[in-house]
Amino acid sequence: MTADLALIWPELILTIGGLVTLMLGTYAGDRQVGLYQLAAMVTLAAAAAAVLALFGTDATVFSGTLSVDSFGGFAKLLIYAASFICVVIAPRFFKDAMRAEYPVLILFAALGMGIMASSRDLMTLYVGLELNSLASYVLASFMRSDERSSEAGLKYFVLGALASGILLYGISLLYGFTGSTDFATIAAALGGELSIGIIFGIVFVIAGLAFKISAVPFHMWTPDVYEGAPTPVTAFFATAPKVAAMALMTRVVIGAVGPAVGAWQQIVIFLALASIILGAVGAIGQKNIKRLLAYSSINNVGYMLIGLAAGTQQGVEGVLTYLLVYMVTTIGSFLIVLQLRDDRGNQIESIPALAGYSQRRPGLAAAMAVFLFSLAGIPPLFGFWPKYLVFEAAVNANLVPLAVVGIVASVIGAFYYIAIIKTMYFDEKSDTEFPRGTGTVVEDAVITASALWLSVIGYLFIGVLAALSATAAAVLF
Amino acid sequence: MSGVPILSLMLAIPTVAAIACLFAGDRNARLIALAATLVDFALGVMLWANFDIGGAQWQFVESAPLFGRFNYALGIDGMALMLIMLSVFLMPLCILASWESITKRVGLYMAMFLIMEVVMIGVFMAQDLLLFYVFFEAGLIPMYFIIGIWGGANRIYAAFKFFLYTLLGSVLMLIAMIAMIREAGTTDIPTLLNYNFPPEMQTWLWLGFFASLAVKMPMWPVHTWLPDAHVQAPTAGSMILAGVLLKLGSYGFIRFMMPMFPEASAEFMWLVFALSMVAVVYTSLVALVQSDMKKLIAYSSVAHMAIVTAGLYALNQQGIEGALIIMLSHGVVSAALFFCVGVIYDRLHTREIDRYGGLAVNMPAYALFFMLFTMASIGLPGTSGFVGEFLSLAGIYEASSTVAFVCTTGIILGAAYMLYLYRRIVFGELTKDDVKAMPDLNPREWAILAPLAAVALWMGVYPESFLAPMRGDVTTVVARLAPAKPAGDAHLAAGKPKPAAAGHGEASGEAHHAGGVQ
Repeated sequence: MTADLALIWPELILTIGGLVTLMLGTYAGDRQVGLYQLAAMVTLAAAAAAVLALFGTDATVFSGTLSVDSFGGFAKLLIYAASFICVVIAPRFFKDAMRAEYPVLILFAALGMGIMASSRDLMTLYVGLELNSLASYVLASFMRSDERSSEAGLKYFVLGALASGILLYGISLLYGFTGSTDFATIAAALGGELSIGIIFGIVFVIAGLAFKISAVPFHMWTPDVYEGAPTPVTAFFATAPKVAAMALMTRVVIGAVGPAVGAWQQIVIFLALASIILGAVGAIGQKNIKRLLAYSSINNVGYMLIGLAAGTQQGVEGVLTYLLVYMVTTIGSFLIVLQLRDDRGNQIESIPALAGYSQRRPGLAAAMAVFLFSLAGIPPLFGFWPKYLVFEAAVNANLVPLAVVGIVASVIGAFYYIAIIKTMYFDEKSDTEFPRGTGTVVEDAVITASALWLSVIGYLFIGVLAALSATAAAVLF
Repeated sequence: MSGVPILSLMLAIPTVAAIACLFAGDRNARLIALAATLVDFALGVMLWANFDIGGAQWQFVESAPLFGRFNYALGIDGMALMLIMLSVFLMPLCILASWESITKRVGLYMAMFLIMEVVMIGVFMAQDLLLFYVFFEAGLIPMYFIIGIWGGANRIYAAFKFFLYTLLGSVLMLIAMIAMIREAGTTDIPTLLNYNFPPEMQTWLWLGFFASLAVKMPMWPVHTWLPDAHVQAPTAGSMILAGVLLKLGSYGFIRFMMPMFPEASAEFMWLVFALSMVAVVYTSLVALVQSDMKKLIAYSSVAHMAIVTAGLYALNQQGIEGALIIMLSHGVVSAALFFCVGVIYDRLHTREIDRYGGLAVNMPAYALFFMLFTMASIGLPGTSGFVGEFLSLAGIYEASSTVAFVCTTGIILGAAYMLYLYRRIVFGELTKDDVKAMPDLNPREWAILAPLAAVALWMGVYPESFLAPMRGDVTTVVARLAPAKPAGDAHLAAGKPKPAAAGHGEASGEAHHAGGVQ
């Protein structure tokens, strides 16, 4: 037991840090932004350091319900980094509405996501998922006085509860037909002929998880929630929970139901293609940049699922690399969205208002162009590389038709990305002024660093990334 | 010279200059861009001077395992050398051509052109399959900006069409590349060139590459993006598009499709021939009825590139050498023709052919240059066009006399639309007042047209300078294709050598010099 506790330092730090931040907020008051902000940042940094210290361990704790391995470590590092940035950017956005609950909820969500990424038992899976979801529902409706925000929270809650129900139903079926909630035991029980109950269980579990990664046809909540939630929260939703849910999906698909390839592979292929195509087509008519980024996230999840559909170690490596690059791109884009303010400080979200943006803020427009071309996967930008990896995995797994359809659909995706670039670069200036000085030094530095990394510089890191993702993915095989 | 990584240097200089241009003022951006492209041209000349003709196939080789999964591997053979020379030669002229006509966002414009240069010469230098793909695709981004920001009235439609059309083709090539890498286990191009892919796999790989390269080339019926892109692009954009970007497609044919998939190439010879024949006749006829100068020249480009594809797929020495010479010649001549259009467009701001007439009276120097390039485009002996067309048609004839017959009509039709264009613009009565007021060439325009004219004549009079570096590479490709090549219908018989010339070489050796050094 004590030995187990030594291996879950990141989770312990987050729990204690979260409670301390909560106390600080309660007793020092919501005005002491710097104080609880700092507590949350220190907690996340310490948790990340603990993950790094444990990197390379491969152990299971608490009677095999939780695993401590490089795969979970990789996902947790991404989750904590995304959470850290979402804590940093919040006060400037919320201004007077900033409250101590924000960093606390982020910390608890991060804790839940860490558990999701490390779970190897259906029960821990559900506990982690719910801890993250409950914190997320509140975060979505964080601007209590804003109608859109309340609506987003409610919508997210209702649909999320439905998805949890589906997931639980699937879990109970899997438990009933295999006699265990442990991933490894379930996998062992799936060797022979599959009973109809197991197939239903697999379908329901994957459907429940597909809701969390917003894969089509379980994506309906995404555009509304992304649009309605406060922008820092949207940035959070688009990054950390995606990483956690994708890691969890990978663990379940490869670890728990892996042997039943015939049962899960076609579901994943369908989710992948439907997400890619619908994500791309749905984005075309969007006039709101946050909604557009929501469709873009649906589209990108589709590509990650192509790597997963391959079901090989190479595919999982592709998924992990994709998650990292996607996270950097998304954080960068949302930081720019945060900076879209007119001369009265109002947040601008409409895409037509961005006309001629490149002439008002050339640096930010150039960074946005890099992010968009990268999301579209056009070389030499680094977004090309993870796409290449997942397609390579699919071709090597003899899924050539999947790769061909996916890659042809990427051209549809490219259309709306270059349409925003057209608005920013080709169109005449709109009436909206975009005054300078909207970003803090930290925000500008993060934008610059991620834009530079996503331009050609990222290619120099392919070797490191490959080694890292190979270490992480090898755990599952 | 051996220690200096000259190819990397040629890539680094425009890259650095492009970044500098983004931050420089208008005037400085122009100067930086001109200086950088001139330095790159000088390096290109050094490259040519130090290229060992008949030496190793791959020269100036550099390789560094920078990217983990694939290498930063550069190296050139004779064909790549010539196309790099074409790019670095055209680039400073493009910068000069935009000197006065581009007045808004000059820094960004120059940066985009410099990035374009890096990407183009990178494609020709790459010795790694993935590095090639990265460069090949990267060209979309600067061209998208060039057409979209500085183009004509309908520029946004043209920019989107260009981007999406060419992207759609390219992604299929990527899948084919992934399959090749899986099969051969390497991304190294020289190794892949000698790898024998199983014949049924070659068919699919060939189709994947063809989907991409045919769009880039462009071949009929996927050429429709080209007239739109050309008409809307600024003058220098058209120059670089016609001059170099179209050559990326035919370079891909001869670098990848023919030597890597010889069986599939022989199998699909009929397809390439059929599309080329349709293109030659159809696009020439379309060019004949155009009322927009740029559109006319754009369609003529499609027709010329169709002779290139037919020449390449003759799969013999003359055909391929001829096609390569047309690529170079068309690069120079079409860039010059687009610039000629730009010269009068800058004065009258219309591309409508009927708005001009009688320019020979008030713009004699212009009329002279335009005449030279018109003749070069038609293929008059003494100009670069003749050498390429003669050689490639000779090659095509060896493979199929029917195809040669149809392609030759392209030359007649070419003469028709080019002379008709020339007559309507330069000859006739000088009646319109605004046309009368147009001044003749200024020194900047002289500085652009004179080198282009000199090269067009040089290539026409002594093509051996350009053929010599490429001959060995063409022989290699032909040798790779030999086992799969179908017999032609020409049944050429070697003539009896005269006793005096007995020690001089074989008849076939003479034959392929024939077009060159008469």
